[in-house]
Amino acid sequence: MDHRHEEWVRIERTSAFKELIRSKKAFIIPATIFFMVFYFTLPFLTAFTTVLNFSVIGAITGAYVYAFAQFIMTWVLAHLYLSQSNKWDDLVDEARRQAATSETGEEGSA
Amino acid sequence: MNREDLIAFAFFTGIIAITLVITYWAAKQNTSAGSHYVAGGEIKAWQNGLAISGDYLSAASFLGIAGAIALNGFSGFYLSIGFLVAYLVVLLLVAEPLRNLGRYTVGDVLTARFNTKTVRSTAALNTVAISMFYMIAQLIGAGALISLLLPISFSVSIIVVGILMTVYVVAGGMVATTWIQIVKAVLLIIGSIALAIAVMAQFNFNPVTLFNEVQAQEGREMVVPSPPESLTTGLDTISLNIALVLGTAGLPHILIRFLTVPDAKAARQSIIVATWIIGGFYLLTPILGYGATLLVGRDAIEAADPGGNLAAPLLAEALGGPIFLAFVSAVAFATIVAVVAGLVIAASGAFAHDFYTNVIRGGEAPEHEQFRAARYTSLGISVFAIILALLLQGANVAFLVALAFAVAASANVPVLLLLIFWRGFNTAGAVTGMLVGLISSVGLVILSPTILGDAAIFPLTSPAIVSVPLGFAGCLLGTFLGGKNSEREMEEGIQIDYDQIYVRANTGISNIEEELKEAKQETQTN
Repeated sequence: MDHRHEEWVRIERTSAFKELIRSKKAFIIPATIFFMVFYFTLPFLTAFTTVLNFSVIGAITGAYVYAFAQFIMTWVLAHLYLSQSNKWDDLVDEARRQAATSETGEEGSA
Repeated sequence: MNREDLIAFAFFTGIIAITLVITYWAAKQNTSAGSHYVAGGEIKAWQNGLAISGDYLSAASFLGIAGAIALNGFSGFYLSIGFLVAYLVVLLLVAEPLRNLGRYTVGDVLTARFNTKTVRSTAALNTVAISMFYMIAQLIGAGALISLLLPISFSVSIIVVGILMTVYVVAGGMVATTWIQIVKAVLLIIGSIALAIAVMAQFNFNPVTLFNEVQAQEGREMVVPSPPESLTTGLDTISLNIALVLGTAGLPHILIRFLTVPDAKAARQSIIVATWIIGGFYLLTPILGYGATLLVGRDAIEAADPGGNLAAPLLAEALGGPIFLAFVSAVAFATIVAVVAGLVIAASGAFAHDFYTNVIRGGEAPEHEQFRAARYTSLGISVFAIILALLLQGANVAFLVALAFAVAASANVPVLLLLIFWRGFNTAGAVTGMLVGLISSVGLVILSPTILGDAAIFPLTSPAIVSVPLGFAGCLLGTFLGGKNSEREMEEGIQIDYDQIYVRANTGISNIEEELKEAKQETQTN
């Protein structure tokens, strides 16, 4: 095994890295489930039913409105991810600092 | 040659001149394997965002979707949703770990963890297969399209596009390719906004008026989804959507774009830029498509090309005469050359960097030799692709693109996700998953109605609903049944320590000793 194994593990053990992973999972897992369900609902509804054939405004149908909603969903989720990940960058810096100082037995590791 | 043709030639020559000037400028910076494959990793986030859009919005998007909407209404618009939502898969799951682990190719990402020649060769095989399907489709499409727009033949068109892509890539590498994609993206945005404004001006700038007019003249079926038929067609739709939404995250020519930026932060910012451009473009396609339905007419569009691919150029001609037609045609041309150049780089990376430098030479080749190999293979791949495209003249382009997405979704996506997120994954699982994904997706297409017609053994035209689960199953079965378990592989050095992969993928830390030392010095000085 790589001789630097201990150093990678030292990062993993910092409280900042654990918080990074917790925070990533808390955002990415629900967001992914949501957009997959939201996305596949449209082909399911159009492939097997005609429930989206109603009119919303004039000739703009429910199917078009659902389709446009997918565009909005993509942009909203992408920007939510962006704002979350900027916080994650700070946690990465913090994990690096914590791991570096724990090396000499100082405080910092979790 | 008449006046219209002269105007068209002037625009085409102008576009070619711009791309060649870019290539000349880029060639001076293209001096190493790193600049050839990933532009030295120095592309800025906004530049990469434009380049991703330029790489992604192929002629199938610009001409194909507008044409499909013009002829079939909502069901033509439908594909573009999957093409866009796919970027959430890329952004949330793949892009940052990929940037943090990779160097030049998808093979590099996989061998960051599974450092064996078998894994690298299999990854390279998948990249070559996907990129070739995609490239042949683009070249055949280019030949058909240009021969419709200009008084030159199909074969001459392919050869012209082929020579241009070869020059861009061999001389200018990824720097030239990136800037050509940026120019193309800007031209495409200008062209489609201009067309959309010209259409909307006819309808009081009210989209509802446009939609109402389409419904009144062409019937309700133009604004609602095509009616449900049988269970099989329904499943086929779902299957196609699986390939669209997952496939992008496995397309090598898109994935390598994330290796051209300096870090994960730039990778994510570039996707944000790309989703705005790509989404904004797709939102305009109903205006272009329905505009063509009303202002050109479905019969005229079908008469010019049964597939509807000339709807946008014909719309430009109807609204702005021969000059607008020439401009839009030139944009379509730029669209094609930018996409094929990106594909040549992806395929040349798989051949030269993965097969030659790392498998045959064991990673020992000196830098100048790697650079030379990269350029020679780019040349070889271009010539090979041109010959194949000339031979396959009548092939169905949409089918080849769909195949590329299906193979990418089935062969690349499962292995990439499990590599990042699963500690217990092993070498046998990675190789099995990639091969099962490749063979099942290609195999099911061969057995499908697309190839066998009524004698089809597999009833769906899109294989993803079966081949993607098979790709994942291959990864799991290979891991549990074949080889040693991942802990043993790590101890023996066949597999890189997962703690390292996990930390690297999530943080971007690569040189751990140095970074810890720096961080320590910083905390001490503070």
